[in-house]
Amino acid sequence: MSDSTSTTKSPESRRPMSPHLQIYRPMLTMMMSIIHRITGAGLYFGTLLLAWWLIAAATDAKSYMFINDLLTSFIGRVILLGYTWALFHHMMGGIRHFIWDTGRGLDHPEREYLAQASLIASIGLTLFVWILAYILR
Amino acid sequence: MSHNDHSMRTPMGKVRYLGSAKSGTTHVWHQRLTAYALLPLSICFVILILSLIGKDYNSARAILAAPYVSILILLFIGSGIYHMQLGMRVIIEDYVHAHGSKTALLVANTFFSLCIGISAAYAVLKLSLA
Repeated sequence: MSDSTSTTKSPESRRPMSPHLQIYRPMLTMMMSIIHRITGAGLYFGTLLLAWWLIAAATDAKSYMFINDLLTSFIGRVILLGYTWALFHHMMGGIRHFIWDTGRGLDHPEREYLAQASLIASIGLTLFVWILAYILR
Repeated sequence: MSHNDHSMRTPMGKVRYLGSAKSGTTHVWHQRLTAYALLPLSICFVILILSLIGKDYNSARAILAAPYVSILILLFIGSGIYHMQLGMRVIIEDYVHAHGSKTALLVANTFFSLCIGISAAYAVLKLSLA
């Protein structure tokens, strides 16, 4: 199937494949699945900022204030907001996977409800934490 | 040709390491295990971040150096880094098929995760032990 020795295929071997992304109507469950993966990848790269911030805290006040100013700038806050949502959304998606692990929630309409619930929960949790953050500031 | 083994695998399949990944179940279980741990740990970590808002450097440092906080962060880093390495590994294996690129990216994934993990853990230990 997939050629592991080269990426270029001869014209003869570029056989027609059955369409998938081209023909499927985007459903919420499909979107939630790929977004679970995308939020995971986003969180992965965001750990760079987390490590930077911790190292700065362990170094001196100047380094800490530098990264602090970066993160509390407008763009920094946008990134942090996105990261917060990514964390909660990936977490809610993870809980959905735990439910599926037990064999529940795989049928229609449970899987639709789970997809909607995870999206609503992630947005709700993000807003809750950020409102809390602004109150504490 | 020997027909004593009842394996249905072809010789080519065996030579090219096709078939079962053998450690697949371990991978899935470790992913779940770290995920279970990350559920409470992430929530605690978010609460920790909230508690640091508006604090000056010395107060923030004092909070981060506290024993319970340091242990929490270390557990969070440990589980999180392993979880993210496993997850990214699946992404790479799903989308990259050229042997050279796949190997390079899988190695980069492991190195990246280890560097982030060790750096963050070092910072926490430096804060709490120094």
